[in-house]
Amino acid sequence: MHEMSLAEGVLQLIEDAAREQHFARVTMVCLEIGALSSVERESLAFCFDAVTRSSIAEGACLEILEVPGSGWCLPCGRAVAMAELYDACPHCGGYQVQVTGGTEMRVKELEVE
Amino acid sequence: MCTTCGCGDGETSIDGAVHVNEHDHPHGHAYAPAHAHVPGMSQKRMVSIEQNILAKNDAYARENRRLFAERGIFALNLVSSPGSGKTTLLVKTIEMLKNRLEVSVIEGDQQTSQDAERIRATGASAIQINTGRGCHLDAHMVGHALGKLDMAKGSVLMIENVGNLVCPAAFDLGEAHKVVILSVTEGEDKPIKYPDMFRAADLMLVNKCDLLPYLSFDVDCAIAYARRVNPGIAVIRTSATSGAGMEDWLAWLERGAA
Repeated sequence: MHEMSLAEGVLQLIEDAAREQHFARVTMVCLEIGALSSVERESLAFCFDAVTRSSIAEGACLEILEVPGSGWCLPCGRAVAMAELYDACPHCGGYQVQVTGGTEMRVKELEVE
Repeated sequence: MCTTCGCGDGETSIDGAVHVNEHDHPHGHAYAPAHAHVPGMSQKRMVSIEQNILAKNDAYARENRRLFAERGIFALNLVSSPGSGKTTLLVKTIEMLKNRLEVSVIEGDQQTSQDAERIRATGASAIQINTGRGCHLDAHMVGHALGKLDMAKGSVLMIENVGNLVCPAAFDLGEAHKVVILSVTEGEDKPIKYPDMFRAADLMLVNKCDLLPYLSFDVDCAIAYARRVNPGIAVIRTSATSGAGMEDWLAWLERGAA
């Protein structure tokens, strides 16, 4: 989806942190991206390179940690793994599964100097 | 682009005026003093951030939501593919609500102010946001448009998003509900092809229902798919042309605005 907007959002968080925590260059950016967040990793990496050009994060290495999808099946009353948002419950085959994890899009940490 | 609020890339315009940093926060961005090099010692350190990538948008959305609460505005974010009949449905809705409930509109499109002009022709107040390259409205653009819109206390604000079933799902604008419009001239499998949007919405309008006799669209199947990705989604079948289902939709609006 909107990977360019997300990349701009990442850069904004980095620049805010630079002001607050006084660093001048970022060498590594670590993101946590959920498997159910619909974010294309390759597209995000491409957009990240584009938006960070001439910024304090130019050339920074981008690490993306994938958070697996998980849900709670209401009829079964148990936690299940989810590969897609609309996956059926692997136990009962029903679709009343509420997503409990794997939709996050977070900046986790930075390596700075 | 301004990194304080993310505005001012010269692409977004509100009612034709290019939005370039017209507000008053300072645009000089002071960075930390240049770091001092100490030979033989690495200057590298880790900084924990732990913030949502859309944190900025979400902060603007909170501000919009606070303003809506303060003024008793029932704000809806209307999302769909291009051509689902959103604007026609809005025009009909405004006409039918005359003397019942006041409606104002924020129109989002990449280009042209045609939709805002169609809304203004009904007598309702409307602001057009052109997103330029952008594929969705964000809370910051909406916040700026709100400053220019005359909204009565206790009225309804309809934010018609850019026709796109993907990106607008992720951007909270401060609305009470996202309303997704699926027209019967599309495929009934849209809800499972674009699950994010149908999961983010609280109400689905199945629109253009007057055309059903001429199509092979299976309404029950479309609703079943929508409930597969979002078991709690409410559904109303509408036709702006025949008026079918419009009273149910208006009743839903009046309950929300009450």
